[in-house]
Amino acid sequence: MTATPAKAAAAPATPRRPVQPGRVLMYALLVLAALFFLVPVYLLLATALKSPDAISLATTWHWPAALNWASFSEAWGKIGGNMLNSLFLAVTATLLSALLGSLNGYALSKWKFRGANTLFALMLFGMFIPYQAVLIPLFQFIKELGLYGSIWGLILAHVVYGIPITTLIFRNFYADVPDALVEAATIDGAGFWQIYRLVIFPISIPGFVVVIIWQFTQVWNEFLFAATLTNTTSQPVTYALSQLAGGQAVSWNLPMAGAILAALPTLLVYILLGRYFVRGLLAGSVKG
Amino acid sequence: MKGLSKDRLWSMAVLAPSVILIAVFVYGFIARSVYVSMTDWGNDPAQALALEPIIRWVGLANYQELFTGFLQGRFRQELVSTIFFTVFFILGCLGLGLGLALILDRNPKGEGLWRTIFLFPMSLSFIVTGTIWRWMLQPGGGVNQAPTLLGGQPSTFGWLSSTDALWKFDWNKLPLLTASVVGLVLIVLAVRAARSGDRTRTLVAAACAALLLGWALLIGPNVKLLPAPELHGFNLALIGIIIAAVWQMSGYTMALYLAGLRGIPEELREAAKVDGANDLSLYRHVIFPLLAPISLSAMIVLGHISLKIFDLVYAMAGPDNISTSVPALNMYLTSFRQNQFALGAAIGTILLILVAFVIVPYLSSQFRSEEGHA
Repeated sequence: MTATPAKAAAAPATPRRPVQPGRVLMYALLVLAALFFLVPVYLLLATALKSPDAISLATTWHWPAALNWASFSEAWGKIGGNMLNSLFLAVTATLLSALLGSLNGYALSKWKFRGANTLFALMLFGMFIPYQAVLIPLFQFIKELGLYGSIWGLILAHVVYGIPITTLIFRNFYADVPDALVEAATIDGAGFWQIYRLVIFPISIPGFVVVIIWQFTQVWNEFLFAATLTNTTSQPVTYALSQLAGGQAVSWNLPMAGAILAALPTLLVYILLGRYFVRGLLAGSVKG
Repeated sequence: MKGLSKDRLWSMAVLAPSVILIAVFVYGFIARSVYVSMTDWGNDPAQALALEPIIRWVGLANYQELFTGFLQGRFRQELVSTIFFTVFFILGCLGLGLGLALILDRNPKGEGLWRTIFLFPMSLSFIVTGTIWRWMLQPGGGVNQAPTLLGGQPSTFGWLSSTDALWKFDWNKLPLLTASVVGLVLIVLAVRAARSGDRTRTLVAAACAALLLGWALLIGPNVKLLPAPELHGFNLALIGIIIAAVWQMSGYTMALYLAGLRGIPEELREAAKVDGANDLSLYRHVIFPLLAPISLSAMIVLGHISLKIFDLVYAMAGPDNISTSVPALNMYLTSFRQNQFALGAAIGTILLILVAFVIVPYLSSQFRSEEGHA
């Protein structure tokens, strides 16, 4: 009851029905912000769909008079193989690091031992290091293993440097699972693996979705390892795109079409499963 | 849980592979990088790619070369650039992200759609973002043509090619500047400690501040890193890259702030209103203080991303544009184009030190508070 007069004082005498200037301003700001985020997409599409000779400075902002879908097939011809490399890389690396992360998270949150937190903090540090600080030894190591230039060298790097974030997400996820559940299972005589298989794993699906989406996006988008550890046969799409766009003489419809192709998988994942994507995003910064 | 030793062993066995991998790939490789940075590997091109290269220990000579060597002016400019980049990138992301979150928190129609629009660049690769913005920021490209849409003259700003710089300072003044800034920060700390009645802390901070400032006043002006003055500043060509980076990452801060705003209980807002707070003071005294820890998290995550950013610069301005280059890019080029591994490792180590300044206090404070609860 006391809230009513205070509310009236906060918004003095504005009747509910008519257009409120505050709301109008709010929508104006939203539209302005949306323009900032979407104009690059408009220019991207408009340029990708122009034929090379229709691209000129004066008409940069015009929607193409005739749509030229050939840019996409041409771009696919140049980076299609790299897209398949990226797909294999991202799927394999993601599944492996998700599995490791799940087991680590389970061990760290349900079988706590002395120093578990310190160990975990030391692992997490690996998530934040600039990879430039390990790049030369990593390169040497992969080369000595005979994996330089092979996609498996790149997978190894992504799995290892993915461990901290996947462990973090699963550890926080399992922290919400009541310990009583695990204790009840131990009383029933279940061991480490049985509890994982029968109790933990079946309720881990949302955790796996978050981790898989996050890791897939990260691995697909990564560039530094891609540029360092691979050769022409195994290069993922980010590197191929940078080569496609880096040439000065190239007509711009091609790299734009390539950018769309390279962005499509992660963009689709984001649009279809945005909720889980955001959860992964938040997990990366809010520790538990 | 004494009888469960077998399960406990299993849990350690499960962790072992990850622990070993992280120990080798993170800590082992960092140690190896630091070692390489103190050798001369690659300084002689003939030895760089030899099967059995002759590698000699040179101590800190590579670091000395980077900070004072005649040929390494590019690296020094990059170090300055990366600091400016980080500051403006963080400010841009926090400002835009907070603004968007505050608007979305007022429940506009179609909130999910707006959020999707603001957040989608997060799912893109920096290479894709860089490719798009490189095209838009061409000398006669979309952004410079934009005024013509409204009937104006096209702009001629060289977004990625400008060689102008603001706030130039002489590199020789760097020790002086650093000592002064750190000294001033220590004075602030001392004053705050004095206010909260922590005497040892006050004394230590004040003594360190006096030492640093005394050094800055008496000895600092005579320190010469380089024989001749060398000016570095904020290169205007970075502005375009900062805009592209903010375009990509501000959705992230928006999501963080929005989660924070949603977590503020409605009763708290109501209570503030009952106490007679208007919208402005509600935000100032209730909501913003509650969002402060989120700002800190966001600054740390964005800060470490910004310090190691490399792909965006590579895709937007190419590897050879000195005005926009950053240390992370230089490290890649030095090591894998010029095969100067030792020098590259030194740059990587400097990057690690910069990032560690940001990350280590954060991680240790996160876990100290947690151990306290346990």
